[in-house]
Amino acid sequence: MSTGAIIAGAAETNEVGKLPGYSVLGLHVEAAVNAVTDAGLSLKDIDGIATASSIGPVQVAHALGITPRWMDGTAVGGTSFLLHVRHAAAAIAAGQASTVLITHGESGRSRVGAGRIAPTMSSPQGQFEAPFGPVGPPTLFTIPVLRYMKDCGLTHEQLAYVAVAQRQWAAKNPRAMYRDLITVDDVLASRMVAYPFHLLECCLVTDGGGALVVTSADRAGDFPKPAVYVLGAGESAETPLVSQMVDFTESQAMKLAGRDAFAQAGITTADVEHVMIYDAFAHLPIYGLEALGFMPKGEAGAFIADGNTEPGGSLPVNTNGGGLSYTHTGMYGMFATLEGVRQIRGEAAANVNPNISVVLGNGGMFATVGVLVLGSADSPGC
Amino acid sequence: MGLADKPVPVPTPETQPFWDGCAAGELRLQRCLDCGKPYFYPRPVCPACGSTNVEWFTASGDATLYSYVINHRPAPGFESEAPYAIAVVQLAEGPQMMTNIVGVPNTPEDLVLDMPLRVTFEARGELQLPLFAPAGAA
Repeated sequence: MSTGAIIAGAAETNEVGKLPGYSVLGLHVEAAVNAVTDAGLSLKDIDGIATASSIGPVQVAHALGITPRWMDGTAVGGTSFLLHVRHAAAAIAAGQASTVLITHGESGRSRVGAGRIAPTMSSPQGQFEAPFGPVGPPTLFTIPVLRYMKDCGLTHEQLAYVAVAQRQWAAKNPRAMYRDLITVDDVLASRMVAYPFHLLECCLVTDGGGALVVTSADRAGDFPKPAVYVLGAGESAETPLVSQMVDFTESQAMKLAGRDAFAQAGITTADVEHVMIYDAFAHLPIYGLEALGFMPKGEAGAFIADGNTEPGGSLPVNTNGGGLSYTHTGMYGMFATLEGVRQIRGEAAANVNPNISVVLGNGGMFATVGVLVLGSADSPGC
Repeated sequence: MGLADKPVPVPTPETQPFWDGCAAGELRLQRCLDCGKPYFYPRPVCPACGSTNVEWFTASGDATLYSYVINHRPAPGFESEAPYAIAVVQLAEGPQMMTNIVGVPNTPEDLVLDMPLRVTFEARGELQLPLFAPAGAA
């Protein structure tokens, strides 16, 4: 069971963090060149292109001198790149492309060559959410958590511990923006952004890029790095308005995308040795672990606070430090996927040597989700 | 001086009856004439069953507090109110709606989940915006 595709090349921009010397397009280009080089290929070997940027696949392909015979501009938020991997695998299986380049570049912090984001006031968001004073994801993605805390018993300390656990991973990662260890007290003493979320429970805002090269598993031995098998993939959407989420204590899109990805890979949670969950805010690893079925609803907060997801724990989660401590350009799904790839290859800064890594990407505010099951050549199903 | 105004919604043909209701001091929702389910936000198809056989009706205006955040970094026009709650209420008829809570301090102690609320209206541009206050307070 597999999608039939592998990730043959994977790389980030030379640096991530504060990069005022790069435009959005410049970040795409550097990441693309690095990923193609990582695969031992040249840009002329690429015949498919995908990106979620406002720049779009045509601009990226043209800048790189690529003439695509397949392209995907799916732009559904920070998880888009996980969907691109899934779509690329299907296109490769259908013979529509042989080698697909997926790029991300975002000047989220420095805003060089980047557009503004504001809802149109005649859109559903503009009419029925924007008038009440939200200021982006910190005030929208976060709204469900008080309901989760009341119904499921999550404490403020457990929510804060998500950031504490991930900082322990970041401390092992020289590329992470924040590496000093923190305590629950530190998190709860940090500036309030949108109650109950403190600054240290919110992701960073950085510049950076990343890219992936996807091709057929038939070519697994043809590249310099170990092949990373895309064993399964899923995607779903719930709502563009967080206020319309069916149940504030769980994400339907996470559950549906995870179910499809696990089914395609033929795995259960017992097979999973490493997890990346897009953590724009501290509650998302909790929602994600539960939606993927690692524990019953209401237990993930205690699971994390008991140390299970940190270094030495039974289920390593967000081992690059996550969006909370590593980097977060705005569409972090690329970086979550890249850490999954590095872990399977055995080249992560804090490697846990998994045979199977699951990556869950979020888009919008509980709007969209993509899930990838990545495996080594030794994983079941390869 | 120099501060931006709060954002003003721009109705579309599909949502105009909702805003007309607000102007009349009524909270108007849609419901499906085939499956019977009420829904929000306004659109010409029932999200529960896919029927286009839908109608407008006047809701009770009663709700409970479903969830919220208290925003410490105000949006343009909200500077004098920060920190202020951005809330989602559950209407008595079932649908959820984003709103602001008035008539009570916007603190974690005063905003208790599931507290009963009632709709009230506040001018915003040429429109009336549905806000909610503790039931019995108005």
